[in-house]
Amino acid sequence: MSESSFSTASNRQFSTWLVWAIALFVTTIFLWILSDIIWHGARQLNWEFLTTAPRSAGRKGGIAPIIVSTALILGVCMAVSVPVGVGTAVLLAEFTDTENQFGRLVRRSLDVLAGVPSIVFGLFGNAFFCKTLGLGFSILSGGLTLACMVLPILIRSTEEGFRAVPSHYRLSAAALGISRTTTLWQLLLPAAVPGLVVGLVLGVGRAIAETAALIFTSGYVDRMPESLLDSGRALSIHIFDLSMNVSGGDANAYASALVLLVLLLLINGTAAWMAEHWLHRRITPS
Amino acid sequence: MSPSLNDTILIWTLRGFAVIAGAIALLIVVFLILEALPVLRQVGLWRFFTDASWNPAEELYNLTPMLWGTLLAMAGSVLIATPLGVLSAVFCQYYAPPRISSLYRRLIELLAGIPSVVYGFWGLVVLVPLIGRLHPPGTSLLAGIAILTIMILPTIALTADASFAKVPPDYLRGAAALGLSRWATVRGVVFPAAKSGLFTGLILETGRAIGETMAILMVCGNVVQTPKSLFDPMRTLTANIALEMAYATGNHRSALFVSGLVLMGIIVALVAAAEVLKPSA
Amino acid sequence: MITPEPHLNLQLTNAQSVPCNPQPFIQTENLSLHYGKKPVFTEITLPIHQGCITALVGPSGCGKTSFLSCLNRLTDLIPGCRVSGQIRLGSLDVMDAKLNTLLLRRRIGMIFQKPNPFPLSIWKNLALPLREHGIRNREQIDQMVETTLQDVGLWDEVKDRLDTSALSLSGGQQQRLCIARALVLKPEALLLDEPCSALDPISSGVVEDLIASLRVRYTLLIVTHNLAQARRIADYTALFWVQEGVGRLIEYGSVRQIFESPQEGLTAAYVNGMRG
Repeated sequence: MSESSFSTASNRQFSTWLVWAIALFVTTIFLWILSDIIWHGARQLNWEFLTTAPRSAGRKGGIAPIIVSTALILGVCMAVSVPVGVGTAVLLAEFTDTENQFGRLVRRSLDVLAGVPSIVFGLFGNAFFCKTLGLGFSILSGGLTLACMVLPILIRSTEEGFRAVPSHYRLSAAALGISRTTTLWQLLLPAAVPGLVVGLVLGVGRAIAETAALIFTSGYVDRMPESLLDSGRALSIHIFDLSMNVSGGDANAYASALVLLVLLLLINGTAAWMAEHWLHRRITPS
Repeated sequence: MSPSLNDTILIWTLRGFAVIAGAIALLIVVFLILEALPVLRQVGLWRFFTDASWNPAEELYNLTPMLWGTLLAMAGSVLIATPLGVLSAVFCQYYAPPRISSLYRRLIELLAGIPSVVYGFWGLVVLVPLIGRLHPPGTSLLAGIAILTIMILPTIALTADASFAKVPPDYLRGAAALGLSRWATVRGVVFPAAKSGLFTGLILETGRAIGETMAILMVCGNVVQTPKSLFDPMRTLTANIALEMAYATGNHRSALFVSGLVLMGIIVALVAAAEVLKPSA
Repeated sequence: MITPEPHLNLQLTNAQSVPCNPQPFIQTENLSLHYGKKPVFTEITLPIHQGCITALVGPSGCGKTSFLSCLNRLTDLIPGCRVSGQIRLGSLDVMDAKLNTLLLRRRIGMIFQKPNPFPLSIWKNLALPLREHGIRNREQIDQMVETTLQDVGLWDEVKDRLDTSALSLSGGQQQRLCIARALVLKPEALLLDEPCSALDPISSGVVEDLIASLRVRYTLLIVTHNLAQARRIADYTALFWVQEGVGRLIEYGSVRQIFESPQEGLTAAYVNGMRG
């Protein structure tokens, strides 16, 4: 049977051409977006921009209070989601012998949580944290709402970190009569840290990009926050406000978008570097 | 403290954390329903689909224009993004030389990481004026579909890429031994072998398209109407909530929570349909 | 009938010339194990004599490792595992649900097939179990670490690098460290699951000599595939086999009896290399 029974030369040429064309198209779009933001954003970006407060509804001035608010919101988010997330992950990964039923329920619930759209988190945060718990529009409300969003990512990654620890550590520790608490703290947790950190960084990346969940939980106020109960504006919300509600705000919006992208690049780059570096360190000694 | 007492304290602490984590999904459903009840009790669910239009100030609560907006935007973007994304993955795995392949993959991963507000911003400043020159006003269903396509493309591309990587190399060797061309192998061997992974990617990107808020809000305009052409401005369910929540009170606010529940309902229906339609491995 | 090598003969005599206490220290009665519905071994009644080395031999899959795991209640950690029957350690009922397993595992130590020191320093590997069982005094720990490392013949090799990672040791050294880690708790018995099978021949010999030297001071139960090894170091041998899909004890006796005048045909065939 000749080759041409399966496909003609022109057929093959067409499919190759098509696939390369698509790849080129996607690359072009990406470069278009990126270059547009860098070009317009870099013009406004300087040290003054990062350290002064916004003036004239953000058209002029900088984003210093916004950076602070963003950091605080992230801080609250991490402070709450890390203990809850790691604790849950440890229970799900290490105690399946005693917690099978309960663990399955928790896992099912987390799967549902992972599928909830961010605007619905915003609604929930508004109803639960702002209204019912009386926290109002505040950094605390925003951070807590983000913590709920980030939890499934954190738990999944930490769980994988624990599952990656070889099982013979647990068996030999048990054979020596070492309690599960000591085994956890001295042996398993240090070994599972890379998974934990990767999850943490992924979570931070997701949180910092989030807008919809923060609009009506952490508020719009662009002044420097004095406490966690103050309303604060996150970077993503600032970009939104400048582009939609403030005429002439585009220039600073570009700069803020650039700052956000650079932050994300740093965060993801750190995660990749950490994962590789630590993984490397563990494999070397043996 | 004896080791067993330590262990008991540990396990109860862990259980406490797990209870908190597990309770959140339940709390979300409960609070959505609680906040949605007032208007549902007063107005009833039927009117959310049959009123004249959506105008809470005049007690009109029809969600259908926004529903159409969501469904049309989702359908359009999924229809375009899926072939683009799958073929991008095919490019990565089977057509590109190794260095270009890994660069391209890195590019897609970066695309996946760009926040939706940045996409929306770019869409508003660059894409909308472009469309506006073709057919004013520019903010339109078309802009929404375009931006959404760019946003969900990485999802399907990365999932497809991972599924293709799992196809046993034996299949590819067998195809090569039969003299099949690259494209024939991809179409005839790889796609069927990876179909469950591709299906998962499809569901994921559809869910993402339905749930997206900021970008689509920024480029679609602010008009409550069922779009009749690609150039009509419109609103999705998600954008509706985001736009009005800040100043909504009483029944209006309650109605927004109803639309939140409808949104959750659509997602649940999507997941359920996925379970039923899932291709067997 | 295979002709034993000359040095093997000598070892046999050596083993017998230092008699161990014929008192059963650990005794199992009708011990059976199931993973879920699947039976692994059934009705094993086996005495393990104090101060002696007992070897469990037989082809893979007859439940020898699982049997070992029952003796220190490590089976508790495996979900779906059911053990029935009796195990006595002296006068203690090991199967008692209220038994303090942490203390049990101080009395019975375990060495695994693949050397698995903790990813900590050599010193910390030994200090961790000591601290866990109540010994916190730094000087006391240092003293016990040195003594135990000398007992396993590692002291001279590692005394200058106690703070380096245990994972940087060779396979044979790691296994000796694992034995030291078990011995530092001063157990009464040691369970060894094919301790030499993952090691190269030279390390294997070193570890085997170490195990042989632990006789009288400790009671040892060793699972091994290596019949020659069993002949070299063991005082008693038990043959496990799979019959009707379940592991069973075929024959038990002194090494001389099992290898030279076995009572079961299966035993004779196995030790002569004609089966398994």
